[in-house]
Amino acid sequence: MADVAILQGGQGIDAAEAEYRAVQRRRRMRRRIMPAAGVLSLLVLWGLLVYVLDVPPFVAPSPVAVAQTLVENAGMLLANLWPTALEAILGFLLGNIAAIAIATVFVHKKSAEEAFFPVVVLINTIPVVAKAPILVLLLGNGIEPKIAIAALICFFPTLVNMVRGLESVNPQAMELMRVLSASPREVFFKLRVPTALPYLFSALKIAASTAVIGAIVGEWIGSTVGIGALIIQATYNFDSALLYATVIVGSTFSVLFFLAITGLERLVVRWQAPVVA
Amino acid sequence: MATQVAATQVAPTQAARLDPAVAEAAAAPAIRCEDVAVRFITERRTVTALENVSFEIAEGSFLSLLGPSGCGKSTLLRVVADLIPPTEGRVTVLGGSAEAARRDHALGFVFQDAALLPWRTAIQNVTLPLEVGGRSALPPGAPTPTELLALVGLSGWENAYPHELSGGMRQRVSIARALIGGPKVLLMDEPFGALDEITRDHLNEELRRIWQETRTTILFVTHSIYEATFLGQTVLVLAANPGRVREIVPIDLPADRTLDIRETDHFVRIAARLRRLLGEC
Repeated sequence: MADVAILQGGQGIDAAEAEYRAVQRRRRMRRRIMPAAGVLSLLVLWGLLVYVLDVPPFVAPSPVAVAQTLVENAGMLLANLWPTALEAILGFLLGNIAAIAIATVFVHKKSAEEAFFPVVVLINTIPVVAKAPILVLLLGNGIEPKIAIAALICFFPTLVNMVRGLESVNPQAMELMRVLSASPREVFFKLRVPTALPYLFSALKIAASTAVIGAIVGEWIGSTVGIGALIIQATYNFDSALLYATVIVGSTFSVLFFLAITGLERLVVRWQAPVVA
Repeated sequence: MATQVAATQVAPTQAARLDPAVAEAAAAPAIRCEDVAVRFITERRTVTALENVSFEIAEGSFLSLLGPSGCGKSTLLRVVADLIPPTEGRVTVLGGSAEAARRDHALGFVFQDAALLPWRTAIQNVTLPLEVGGRSALPPGAPTPTELLALVGLSGWENAYPHELSGGMRQRVSIARALIGGPKVLLMDEPFGALDEITRDHLNEELRRIWQETRTTILFVTHSIYEATFLGQTVLVLAANPGRVREIVPIDLPADRTLDIRETDHFVRIAARLRRLLGEC
């Protein structure tokens, strides 16, 4: 990415600067237009394939049919998004708060980490689809097992990242705190927590999308409302347009959740040097 | 073989500039090490980092600790800072234990990498020592954080984050941080080792000026002969394997030094002598 232009001979500095800025503006514009063009061309390709190959609507819908379903069933889709979003957000909060709390304990009590980290790893090796029925049996058919699955799925990456973040303190900064006679509490809040924040946010960004997956998988088992339930119903009814529309609503929510966390990160973690992409 | 204790002397030109009260206070040692030894036990063997180290630094003086890599210079500094307990021997800082000096906030420490907290601006880094360790306010009459940043030549950079500063500027911030609250002893661990020569020369001159303005006792670790000679009133040469005092060399250069002094015959002779001593280590 060359942001530097060489000043050409025989050109006024003002003119050169104006031209440089114009080029920059065009480049920014292009960066926004190109992804939109990419998505649009894929939609056109999809429509063409369905039309040319004459794909029956119960196998795959045309993009036009999906758009129609999105508009016509907007109220029903949003009504089903609401419980899923609630489960995902509550699970996200629960799982991450638990992970942060346990990471704090692990960092201060090495024996706790040695005893329980293998247990956590073991639980994490069980696939979500296998955990879901267990939790439904344990917690019933309400919102609770879905929240629990979303929480469990968030928990592990945050725990691992948070432990690593809290421990990745600059050793000289640690010595500094000791020279300053800082208490363990001060070391934790003034040094460990800020050091861990960038690690925490990279885990939270993963958790934002996995929490939604967790909630949807939870709804696959004996649920009548929610994005997950709607996916199952649409599949059994061969209503491919509704299935695709439901998936689009679910992933749009995922993306918005992810963007919200990214925005929060920008507000909180302000000290990092701008990353050159 | 015990190394003979040689008391640090205040250079005559320096003593003449001090009033009698200060000169008397300067007679009491700020730091005294007696037969200090540090041994580290590793899985394969026990390493003796320091052995039989004895020396004294008068209050308000500037001692350079010079030695080859791995001679235990940094270890010695950390023993004085109460970061590493000595295996044998005794360390007295300001008349008490090193731990008491640390708890009294009498020590300032400057690390090789500036060790600034990246989420704090320059001025917030300077005020960090006031927020931890049970200290809330500046002692009356002590320079404010803004004044300290001005002292190290960083006026106008108060609100810059560390990633917006150059390596030399970061190290200046860390010196201002070490000076807050008016520490009696300043311990510096190769603070300019990672800087380019031009910045380093400049900061050497500034450190001399800061020392003369603040009258803090400074213990300065370096592996540069020129830096040790230019900065110190005394150079303590350490020998390696195990780390021990090779010689204590008084530097009888005038108190008002500029970098030009490094070209004088006198300076060159002292540097040559230090080089020979290091060669025999």
